[in-house]
Amino acid sequence: MAKVSMTVNGKAASGDVEGRTLLSSFLRDSLGLTGTHVGCDTSQCGACVVHVDGKAVKACTMLALEAEGAEVATIEGQANADGSLNNIQQAFQDHHGLQCGFCTPGMVMSAAALLKDNPKPTEAEIRDYLEGNLCRCTGYHNIVKAIMAASGQDVSSIAAE
Amino acid sequence: MPKDQGIGASPKRREDVRFLTGAGNYTDDINVNGQAYVHFLRADVAHATINSIDTSAAAEMPGVVKIFTGADFAEVGGIPCGWGVTDRHGNPQQEPRHPIIAHDTIRHVGEIVAAVVADTLEQARDAAEAIEFSLSDKPAVVDMAAALAEDATKVHEDLTSNLCYDWVFGNPDDDAVQAAFDSAAHVTTLELVNNRLVANPMEPRVAIGDYSRATDEYTLHTTSQNPHVIRLLMCAFVLGLPEHKVRVIAPDVGGGFGSKIFHYAEEAFCTFAAKACGRAVKWTSTRAEAFISDAHGRDHVTKIELALDGDNNFTALRTNTMANMGAYLSTFSTSVPSYLHGTLMAGNYKTPIVQVNVKTVFTNTVPVDAYRGAGRPEATFQLERVIDKAARELGADPIALRRQNFITEFPYETPVALTYDTGDYVATMDKLEQVADVAGFAARRAESEKNGKLRGFGINCYIEACGIAPSNIVGMLGARAGLYDAATVRVNATGSISVMVGAHAHGQGHETTFPQVVADMIGIDESMVDIVHGDTGRVPFGMGTYGSRSIAVCGSAMVRATEKIIAKAKKIAAHLMEASDADIELKDGQFTVAGTDKSVAWGDVCLTAYVPHNYPLEELEPGLEETAFYDPANFTYPAGAYACEVEVDPDTGKVSIERFSAADDFGNIINPMIVDGQVHGGLGQGIGQALLENAAYDEDGQLLSASFMDYAMPRADDVPFYQVDHSCQTPCTHNPLGVKGCGEAGAIGSPPAVVNAVIDALQSGGKNVTHIDMPLSPARVWAAMNG
Ligand code: FES
Ligand code: FES
Repeated sequence: MAKVSMTVNGKAASGDVEGRTLLSSFLRDSLGLTGTHVGCDTSQCGACVVHVDGKAVKACTMLALEAEGAEVATIEGQANADGSLNNIQQAFQDHHGLQCGFCTPGMVMSAAALLKDNPKPTEAEIRDYLEGNLCRCTGYHNIVKAIMAASGQDVSSIAAE
Repeated sequence: MPKDQGIGASPKRREDVRFLTGAGNYTDDINVNGQAYVHFLRADVAHATINSIDTSAAAEMPGVVKIFTGADFAEVGGIPCGWGVTDRHGNPQQEPRHPIIAHDTIRHVGEIVAAVVADTLEQARDAAEAIEFSLSDKPAVVDMAAALAEDATKVHEDLTSNLCYDWVFGNPDDDAVQAAFDSAAHVTTLELVNNRLVANPMEPRVAIGDYSRATDEYTLHTTSQNPHVIRLLMCAFVLGLPEHKVRVIAPDVGGGFGSKIFHYAEEAFCTFAAKACGRAVKWTSTRAEAFISDAHGRDHVTKIELALDGDNNFTALRTNTMANMGAYLSTFSTSVPSYLHGTLMAGNYKTPIVQVNVKTVFTNTVPVDAYRGAGRPEATFQLERVIDKAARELGADPIALRRQNFITEFPYETPVALTYDTGDYVATMDKLEQVADVAGFAARRAESEKNGKLRGFGINCYIEACGIAPSNIVGMLGARAGLYDAATVRVNATGSISVMVGAHAHGQGHETTFPQVVADMIGIDESMVDIVHGDTGRVPFGMGTYGSRSIAVCGSAMVRATEKIIAKAKKIAAHLMEASDADIELKDGQFTVAGTDKSVAWGDVCLTAYVPHNYPLEELEPGLEETAFYDPANFTYPAGAYACEVEVDPDTGKVSIERFSAADDFGNIINPMIVDGQVHGGLGQGIGQALLENAAYDEDGQLLSASFMDYAMPRADDVPFYQVDHSCQTPCTHNPLGVKGCGEAGAIGSPPAVVNAVIDALQSGGKNVTHIDMPLSPARVWAAMNG
């Protein structure tokens, strides 16, 4: 066991972990931040996406010890200070960008990372960026639409209400 | 009632806030004090005799609580099959024992051979590696045709063969059917494969068993679409426990698509082991385990023949299908290729003679069961592919050929036992032609050709039998359960309402849509109504969510219970206003006496029910809570027409979906936004089946596509924006909301349109390709073009 310390959603967090403990396990099991989901064991699904020092990272691909001293942001820290949904979260709700909700934390975190680098992505750019985020429920239609809406684009002409 | 509320409105989903902020409560998010972890050691060979298992070294490993093998479950029942199909000779299906842990024989890769419970998951995994086995390998039975050969190795030694049943449906008279083919002007024949799929909800399965010595009660948290069904099957058939001592909770569940209907060994194991170990036992499936332990879907091989007269009227249809059951019979497995498939073979057409022949086969593969659509996609795929092929052979327009053969009068009794109560296939086809802009296709094709691509247009129709199901009918057909549902409406003293529903939401948004209905009926704000679901300790009873049944069956129960509430509330209101019950009207949450200005508010009536100082106690019990069980009179029949437009790269065989349009008739609709979402999701899965997904086994019974690296799930860049329309509405005639259900349509209706479009594209490029089996990967398409 080794001690690891990092900042998670702006607060200091630390715990004892094994060398093999993944960041996703540390967040879920040690910190109780169960919004970061685990949907696979081959780094394919993206349900576990968090931000580490401002970059989108699949938390199942990183050891907790590798995040020593890092600034980690998870879905639990995304809402506005008053607790209301942030712009991206609100767009997902407004455009029905989620069904079972399991892929959703990873989708929102990926979308946030995309919009940071590319504030007005095209449909094709969004679909391309989401290559590493699987959703089995939505057929992606409303996820792509929500991200376009969150970036301030007019989505009213996109098919189906 | 504000217009953003009630039936037909699209209020934002209330469940979204918790899911968007990481506050969902999925089963793996739950931890029970003092829980131990189980790791299942799973077979890595498909077929073998277990000579011995030595767990002694593993038992000494750090943290190990207890190790279980098949011998520990010798006294426990097997996993039951919920449907007994009778074969063409009147004999019952062959039904092997389905053990919790393999006892003397391993029958598929992924079968549990031992279970290690330890303080931590890592310790359990480490110890499992120290378990020693002696196995004698047996030949693996993988291919269905080979499995049915006289001298085939048997998957189950105690059965007479690998045939589960040989079933005929529709017209059983072979000579009469043959005569119809002999006298046909044209016969189109097609052999095809409906590819085996893995449902892959994004949340892997999880089970946590707990046992209290103090109360002798068990609690199972599990990722289920139907917790009451799991409790019933596990208590009555597997563990022999009294149901009132067992609580099953399915909290937030991350998608199911059928794969979380079934009662699985891991659920029974964790419940059993919790008592045996004296502490809670938790199991979280890895994705690798999910691929080899969740029931798979589809896997049919079919020959279909369509006979037409000289005017292109369909005169007869005959199918011969082999359907894979895998190694054991999962909960609904035997109903899928029989009654959920054969009954749909008439499709939207008035073909007078239909004969469906199905052989179900045991193989050394993971059990196969319902996956979104369950039998109906298999029926639709064959039928809509053979019609397309017939149109090409006859030089007929595929839309016109379908229109000519549509059923147009309702109710319509099909030759395969269903009575379609209502529908309008002409209207959905008209709508589709408009939504898909059929008129503009030629120009789009010309544009694609300019860019060196082949462009194709494909359509299909579909019909499904949903709202599963009338208990007396399914009982006659072999179902071992009733398929009604139940709801309890509990009105609190201050007028707010909890509705306990037997349906379970795992993405469908019931927490939003169900209150829309109740609030609309009473005329109160939706925020006053909540539903409770997914917990046998809080919900009286329910059969769960599958077969697009939630609103049609459980929603109907909820309406009936609410009607009882309103009837009683009116009596209370009549008493308060000193009027006759018959004169009381309820509108916008106010009870009024017809023709007077007297009124009393909903909240006052509720309070009176619980504080009955001025109350007709001699005639009416205090309180305001009602339950209804609803058993549907018939199935519901959502139907529609879908169109797909593809571009095929002639150099690589790569198919891209350029447009996908859907025109559905779901009857009345509660929440259009959610209905659109359900169709989108189904389309994504149907396109996945058509282009990408395939659960492929090698001849040794190893699953080759056993991870997301090898099993191609549809991703955001594999699909387009969809055009979805559900403005054609012929309300269901036999349920109170006139609803039909929308959950499976997208997955049922889309694969044939995709394949038809690809064939159209290839033929437009002068390639004489009449069929390609799914998935239409670049390799397969390229081979077909160049073969
Ligand atoms: S859990 Fe990290 S990518 Fe799937
Ligand atoms: S909403 Fe269920 S997996 Fe995306």
